[in-house]
Amino acid sequence: MSKTARYKGSSDYIVSDELMNSVNIAMILQKPLLIKGEPGTGKTMLAQSIADSLDMDLLIWNIKSTTEAQEGLYVYDTVQRLYDSQFGDHDVADIGKYIKLGKLGESFASDKKVVLLIDEIDKADMEFPNDLLWELDQMSFYIPETKETIEAKERPVVIITSNAEKELPDAFLRRCIFHFISFPEPDTMRQIVKVHHPDVERKLLEQAMETFYSVRNIPNMQKLPSTSELIDWLQALVVGGISPNKIKQELPFLGVLLKKNEDLDNLLNQLYGRNQQRAPGNITGSLNRFRL
Amino acid sequence: MFTKFFYELKNYGLPVSMNEWDGLLDALELGMAGSSLTTFYYLCRAILVKSEAHYDRFDLAFASFFKGVETPEGLPEKIWNWLDKELPKVEITDEMRRNHKKIDLEEMKKMLAERLAEQTEEHHGGNRWVGTGGTSPFGHSGYHPEGIRIGGESRNLSAVKVAGERRFQEFRTDETLGTRQFQLALRKLRQFTSRADGAKTELDLDATIDKTCDNAGRLELVWDRPRQNNIKVLLLMDSGGSMTPYSRLCNQLFTAVHKSNHFKDLKVFYFHNCIYDWLFHDSHCHLPNYTDTEHILRTLDPDYRVIIVGDASMSPFELMRQGGIIDWDLHNDKPGIDWLRRIRQRFEYSVWLNPIRKEHWEWTDGFFTISRIAEIFPMEELTVDGLDTAVKKLRSRSATGVI
Repeated sequence: MSKTARYKGSSDYIVSDELMNSVNIAMILQKPLLIKGEPGTGKTMLAQSIADSLDMDLLIWNIKSTTEAQEGLYVYDTVQRLYDSQFGDHDVADIGKYIKLGKLGESFASDKKVVLLIDEIDKADMEFPNDLLWELDQMSFYIPETKETIEAKERPVVIITSNAEKELPDAFLRRCIFHFISFPEPDTMRQIVKVHHPDVERKLLEQAMETFYSVRNIPNMQKLPSTSELIDWLQALVVGGISPNKIKQELPFLGVLLKKNEDLDNLLNQLYGRNQQRAPGNITGSLNRFRL
Repeated sequence: MFTKFFYELKNYGLPVSMNEWDGLLDALELGMAGSSLTTFYYLCRAILVKSEAHYDRFDLAFASFFKGVETPEGLPEKIWNWLDKELPKVEITDEMRRNHKKIDLEEMKKMLAERLAEQTEEHHGGNRWVGTGGTSPFGHSGYHPEGIRIGGESRNLSAVKVAGERRFQEFRTDETLGTRQFQLALRKLRQFTSRADGAKTELDLDATIDKTCDNAGRLELVWDRPRQNNIKVLLLMDSGGSMTPYSRLCNQLFTAVHKSNHFKDLKVFYFHNCIYDWLFHDSHCHLPNYTDTEHILRTLDPDYRVIIVGDASMSPFELMRQGGIIDWDLHNDKPGIDWLRRIRQRFEYSVWLNPIRKEHWEWTDGFFTISRIAEIFPMEELTVDGLDTAVKKLRSRSATGVI
C-alpha cells in the first residue's frame, strides 16, 4: 500500500490537514469519501484538486433529482436498436453496441486509476444511495443483456458530496469514509481568497472580510453567503472600483452576497431597525445598481 | 485491544457498527495511524463517524478514553519546538498526575469553560497562555483531547482551547436522527398526475404500439409527460409552552416535512395552543408576522393536505369561549373550536398529530379539549406509526365526519 501516492493538496486549492488525512485514509482503504459541508466550502473543488495533484483523470457524475442509480452504471439504448432494426441496414445482433456505460461504469472500465466525483448525492431520490451499495463495495456490476461483468481494473478514487438536504441511509454511510468541511475561519479564508485574487488590495480585503463575517453572523438568515459568494463579491468590488472605506457603510453589490429577498430585508432590519420600511437611499441605490 | 474504546463510543451514543470497526482495524494493520495519537484520532473519526452531528460526541468519548495516554511524539514538530521555546521543558510530574486524576469530567468541562474565556482575552498575544496552560494540572488533562487537535490546524495552538471549543457542538442536532423514518412515511403522501406541464420524456408504450401498427410496422415513438406529485401540504404547528417537552419530536417531523421535496407546495404556520384569527409565520407567534386565518381559508385550494401538530391540551375556555385566547393582548370574536371546524370544513384532507402518546390522552389535563378536537379532526399520535396512519387518512376522504 505504501506505493499509493498520497494526496498533498494542490496549488489552487487550500486544504486543511484534517481533510488531507481523510482523503488519504479513503484512498488507502479504497472506500468512497463522503464530503459534507455548507455550500461553497469547496466540496466539488476537492475532487478536481485530487485529480490534478495525483495526475489522474476526473469523471464527474452530477446527480439531479431524477437521476437513477442505473444511469451511472450503463444505459441500454433499446429505442436506437429498435430503430436500427427497422430496415435491416444495421447489424443489431451485437447488443454491446447499444450498451452505453455511465460515469460509474466508465470509471470502472478505465485502464488508469481515475477520480470519480459523485456530486450532490442528496439531490437524488432517497433510495438512490442504497441502489449503489453493491457497486461501490465491490466496484463491479453485471450487465444481463450482454452477460458481461464490468469490473474495476483500478479501483477509482470515489468522492461523494452532499449538501445534507436529505439524510443518507445508514447502510450507505457505513461503507464510506466521512468528512465534514467546516466553514473556513477568517485566517483560512484569507488564504483561499489569495488563491483566487492574488493581488487584491489588503485594506479592501480586510474590510470586505469583516463585513462578510458580520453578515454571516446575523441571526435568522435563510441562506448564508458562502466562500464562492465572497470571492464573487470581491471581484465585483474590484471591478466596481469601490473604495475600501465605503464597504462597511454602503454595502455595495449586496445582491452578490445575499440571494434571497427575505435575507436582504433581514439585513436592512438589523441595520436600520425593525420599523423602517424603506432603506436609506444609498443602500437601495447600490442594490439597484447591481440589479441593472 | 481497543475493544473497550468501541464500547466507550457506543456509550456516548455513537452508532458504530462492526463493519466500521473492522475497517478501522484494517487501517491500523496497514500502519495508517503511525505512532501518533493525532493521526489515530483523525483515522478513527474519518472511519467511525458518519455525521457532523456526531463529531462532538466522538470528541468527548475520545477524550475520556485516551485522557491518560501520553504521546509527545505525536505533536507536530513545529508546535513541539514552539512549546520548547516558551518553556524550557514540559515535564509531567507525579504531582500533576495526581491532580489530574482528581478531576472528573464535569469539573474538567467547567474549568475548560473558564480557560476558554481567558483565552479569548489573550487571543492575539496568545502564545504564552498555552505554554502556561501546558504546565498547569488542568493544561495537562486538557492536553490530550486537545493535543489531538493541535496537529490538525496550526491556528488552534492552545491544547485546551480546542477541546473546550467543541467546534462541532452546534451540529449536535439530535433531531436529525430519525427524520429519515418520518420522511419515508411522508413519501407515501403522493398523488400522481400527468396533467402538469413538463417535457414529454416518458415512452407511452400503448400509444407507440398503436401508432406503429397504423404505420404498418414502421416504428413511431410516442412520448408522454411523466407523472408528477401534485400534493400540496399545509402544516400548522402549535408552538405553545405546553409543547416544549415535545420540541425535539416536533423538530424531527418539521425537518422531515421540509426535506420531503416531493410536495408541490408546502406552507407552514404556527399557532399558540389553539387556532384563532391569526396564523403566525414563526414559532414566536408575534403579532406583526401573521396571515389571517380567513385569508388562508379563502385562498388555499381545498385539496391542500392539512397536518396540524399540537398537544390539543388547553383550558376549555381557550377552545370554547369568545375571548378565551391565552395571549392577553389579543381577543377572539369566535371561539377556537369554530375556527377548527371551519378549517376541517374547508380542507377535507386533514389530520391532527398529537405528540402525547395515545394511551395517555384520556389521562392528561387536556382530556376535555383533546376529545373535543378529536371529534373534529382524525387524531393520531406523533410517532412513525401514527404518521403512517395519518398519511393514509390524508390520501383518502376520511371517515370522521364534520360536525
